[in-house]
Amino acid sequence: MAAAEEFPVSPPPMTEGMYPCSNCHAGMEVNRKKRELKDEHTDIRLHHAETMRWCLDCHDAKDRDKLRLFNGALIKFTESYRLCGECHGNVYRDWRAGIHGKRTGYFTGGKRTYLLCAHCHNPHDPKFEGIKPEPPPYPPTDNRNGR
Amino acid sequence: MSLPLFSSCTKEEKEDFLQKHFKEMTPDEVKRVIAKLEERYLRKYGKKFQIATQDALPGTLWGYGLDLSRCIGCRKCVYACAKENNNSRRHPQLHWIRVIRLKKGSLINLENSEHYYDPPLVPEKEYLYLPVQCQHCEHPPCVKVCPVHATWKEPDGLVVVDYNWCIGCRYCIAACPYKGRVFNWADPTIPPEEVNTAVHYLGNRPRMKSSVDKCTYCIQRVRTGRYPACVEACPTGTRKFGNLLDPNSEIRYIIQNKRVFRLKEDLNTEPKFYYFFEA
Repeated sequence: MAAAEEFPVSPPPMTEGMYPCSNCHAGMEVNRKKRELKDEHTDIRLHHAETMRWCLDCHDAKDRDKLRLFNGALIKFTESYRLCGECHGNVYRDWRAGIHGKRTGYFTGGKRTYLLCAHCHNPHDPKFEGIKPEPPPYPPTDNRNGR
Repeated sequence: MSLPLFSSCTKEEKEDFLQKHFKEMTPDEVKRVIAKLEERYLRKYGKKFQIATQDALPGTLWGYGLDLSRCIGCRKCVYACAKENNNSRRHPQLHWIRVIRLKKGSLINLENSEHYYDPPLVPEKEYLYLPVQCQHCEHPPCVKVCPVHATWKEPDGLVVVDYNWCIGCRYCIAACPYKGRVFNWADPTIPPEEVNTAVHYLGNRPRMKSSVDKCTYCIQRVRTGRYPACVEACPTGTRKFGNLLDPNSEIRYIIQNKRVFRLKEDLNTEPKFYYFFEA
């Protein structure tokens, strides 16, 4: 299994003041029932195969500071790509090769930095919204192109 | 030197006129030219430039990969490129990357492409986007037509221009099937706060009126192992770069595992710019 050391990643994109999750969850009773969250985490809209999934399929019920793989293994948030890779296997393969996603820095000598899946894709709602494009080039007749 | 021909020239104009082709300069002459240019840029832009003349790294042949299934046509690369490479921003505006928009299902029909598209949001459902820049051909038609050898292919595959040697005839612009070259109709206008001072003689140093320039795969960056500016600017990770001679490079992985094609392969230009789709 790929170890975290293999991929130098930037820190995971956590909401300010949320992590570690155990700060709140440690003393709470575990409620495994699928329900609408009314008190906390109301900003999270699960839109990622939500009909067959719930929080505790990825977040571990006992150790909230960890993510949980199918086989029950607990992983750190910095290794979340292993969890994503369980379903998105071919994307994971490309990502490890440096093809899916973006690398920055130096492409030689191992100084390049990887981004986690979650840096670009919101894991709860991974579909991208459109963005505003940069302005088109001036046409040749445009006076900003002339003298 | 006191040739009558130069009697009405300043010393600097004379030196410029007698400056040799970059490949024919001795190391001493290169040093002097660099010092002259650095001083000129300091005067003109008020900043100290570092002009590199680094040669091609041994065992490198640069190749580019671009994932068409992921490009959203946002043009972030276009403006990051202009900034990194000290392109003229207006009067004239020079871009080395042109993002063309094609109706889905008509990819090979470049005639019906559009590069002035300006919707409120991209990507648009019925279109795909194809960024085009210098393809760094193995058989570059632009090099073939240059009457003064001001443009050539470096050992690492980069097609470069000696802007001082260029006479501005623009044959290369006519010859390039990818519209990869642009012409400095006037001295470039660069906002002083955006001038990039880490430059290469054959790359992003500020050009002058009447020279042709083009994408160099960011020669000043890639020869030190950094990704080109467009690769780093792309928000979707569409752009990939690497050494074609290194079997472990990202570009080799793409060629081996993805369905790649090159633009206008029928022209036998052998571009080193590989477009691919997510299979």
